[in-house]
Amino acid sequence: MTDLSIDLGFIKLKNPVIASSGTFGYGLEFAPFIDLNKLGGIVVKGLYFSPRPGNPPPRLVEAASGLINAVGLQGVGVKKFSEEILPELRKYNTAVIVNVCGERDEEYASVVEFLDKEEGISAYELNISCPNVDKDGVCPALNPETTFSVVSLVKKSSSRPIITKLSPNVTDIAEIALSAQEAGTDALSLVNTFLAMAVDVETRKPVLPNVFGGLSGPAIKPLVLRMVYQVVNRVKIPVIGIGGVLSAKDALEYLISGAKAVEVGTANLIDPEATVKIIDGLTEYCQKNGINKIESIIGTLKRS
Amino acid sequence: MIKDSQAQIIDKKSWNNYYLFKLESPRIATQAHPGQFIMIRISDHPYPLLRRPFSIHSKDEKSIDIFFQVSGLGTDILSQKIVHDTLDILGPLGKGFQVGANLKGKEVVAAGGGRGIAPLYFLAQELSSHGASVKVFYGGKSLKDIPLKEKFESEGFDLYCSTDDGSFGFKGFISDYLKAELEKFTPSRIFSCGPEEMMKKIAKFATEKDIPADFSLESIMGCGFGVCWGCVKRIRKNGEEEWVKICEEGPVFSSEEIIWAEYEK
Ligand SMILES: Cc1cc2nc3c(=O)[nH]c(=O)nc-3n(C[C@H](O)[C@H](O)[C@H](O)COP(=O)(O)OP(=O)(O)OC[C@H]3O[C@@H](n4cnc5c(N)ncnc54)[C@H](O)[C@@H]3O)c2cc1C
Ligand SMILES: Cc1cc2nc3c(=O)[nH]c(=O)nc-3n(C[C@H](O)[C@H](O)[C@H](O)COP(=O)(O)O)c2cc1C
Ligand code: FES
Repeated sequence: MTDLSIDLGFIKLKNPVIASSGTFGYGLEFAPFIDLNKLGGIVVKGLYFSPRPGNPPPRLVEAASGLINAVGLQGVGVKKFSEEILPELRKYNTAVIVNVCGERDEEYASVVEFLDKEEGISAYELNISCPNVDKDGVCPALNPETTFSVVSLVKKSSSRPIITKLSPNVTDIAEIALSAQEAGTDALSLVNTFLAMAVDVETRKPVLPNVFGGLSGPAIKPLVLRMVYQVVNRVKIPVIGIGGVLSAKDALEYLISGAKAVEVGTANLIDPEATVKIIDGLTEYCQKNGINKIESIIGTLKRS
Repeated sequence: MIKDSQAQIIDKKSWNNYYLFKLESPRIATQAHPGQFIMIRISDHPYPLLRRPFSIHSKDEKSIDIFFQVSGLGTDILSQKIVHDTLDILGPLGKGFQVGANLKGKEVVAAGGGRGIAPLYFLAQELSSHGASVKVFYGGKSLKDIPLKEKFESEGFDLYCSTDDGSFGFKGFISDYLKAELEKFTPSRIFSCGPEEMMKKIAKFATEKDIPADFSLESIMGCGFGVCWGCVKRIRKNGEEEWVKICEEGPVFSSEEIIWAEYEK
């Protein structure tokens, strides 16, 4: 029997495959396709304190092996989530992680304070790529000081472990990672989407009314791998890799580069069975290569 | 909602840019209703990346048909598939048209333009089987854009065709043809699918004449099963306007529900 379990220190995952926020709904939508109990974890769609309307359409445009989205974090808010969704999610034996959003630092704190009263959540993932209304719409993730300020406030407000999700739209991601670590985050997940755009050449307008959107999917994987590799060598806390994981091979590239786990995003939209297929593929790889414990391959990238 | 990764193409027809595929998928066929759609994976590789949505054009016990127009890379690749190839499909998705026994003996209209005709064949069949008398309005740019003309005729539907260039039938848009014909009769309900501007015009005169009307909307879909929030349209729900996922709550909505976008002239 291959042991796929991963110990993040603050939680033990059945395997290193976690469904990524915004691409897995609230999790339950996937129950007709896969056994949710098989997953390492589920990160639910980003939650602000109150319901959010989201952006006007079109919200999506396809790029070469990628997807640009400007959904704008439409969502149900904490109250409806705890009353209607969480009781159903709790029935599954997998780590439920809530992706926490906020328009200002205090909103992130109020989301975790509200959810701290509810059973059945393993950790919070801080989505610090939300436009901040107190800082001219600039998101906290773009700067080490604003990252430090929101992470330390949430850490104080929360009784649960915190995973800080970094943005790739920065010059030196390791600097932001170190700042989040100093503020007390228990782990890092990287990355959120890359700022991107598309132009309609007939109308000469941006395809997305929002002008910018976030690029995800296979197109970003090489960039994120590089970032994960740069960060794991600088921090002491666990790092979760997110970007373009479609297959077990993609997941293995992240693990070998030093990520303790991966999140699978866009792949879920294309194949609702993607997560389970990746888990099966990891088992197959371990068996073929005589690996008893998948943890033993983490960070084993050979430089010569 | 079923994932069938082995739906075989068992028949293929084509007219210029338009294609009709028969896909063997008994489980999806059993559950399918008019107005519902499937999501097709175009490639096993990550380009094109997303699945593409197609209406269910008709069904029998073990298969469903799709009718599509080549409109870009994905549909171009799809059009090159051949009989015996298999496709990975998800469906049936969405809620579709409400077809009830209350339409028995009533006169109804199904109006479609271009590829928008696709779901209306299945709908017209279902309406007939419920005892409604269906007038089908079918429009296209030119004669070559109304390839299903004979198919509707041979099924005995009352068919009204229009072409923008006048190469066949009424010269002009199908919405204008329908508007003119509504001087002569008043249907109990109008069902429509096609370019949004066409549907918006139909919605306007249907509302003025107090005729209930249902429209099948299109939008770019990331998933087709409600998890990406990419496909929203402005919909009036319980008195309030919201961005509603059309893959889940639609793609069919009534004229009272839809808040139409503005179009530039
Ligand atoms: C519910 C629904 C049912 C549909 N049924 C049919 C049908 O029965 N027959 C038919 O011919 N067409 C149908 N369409 C439209 C069809 O899905 C698009 O023509 C197709 O996705 C275009 O893909 P492409 O790769 O060829 O084009 P692309 O090169 O990607 O783009 C060409 C155009 O197609 C549109 N488009 C691109 N991707 C999508 C997407 N994922 N979803 C919707 N539109 C997209 C874009 O707006 C663009 O203008 C339906 C769409 C929806 C939403
Ligand atoms: C449609 C869509 C919605 C998303 N919503 C969220 C969200 O609510 N919160 C968040 O932190 N990330 C969100 N993301 C980013 C993903 O979680 C992930 O970080 C990114 O897509 C990269 O991974 P991928 O290449 O596997 O998709 C979203 C991505 C997509 C495509
Ligand atoms: S297409 Fe993804 S939610 Fe509708």
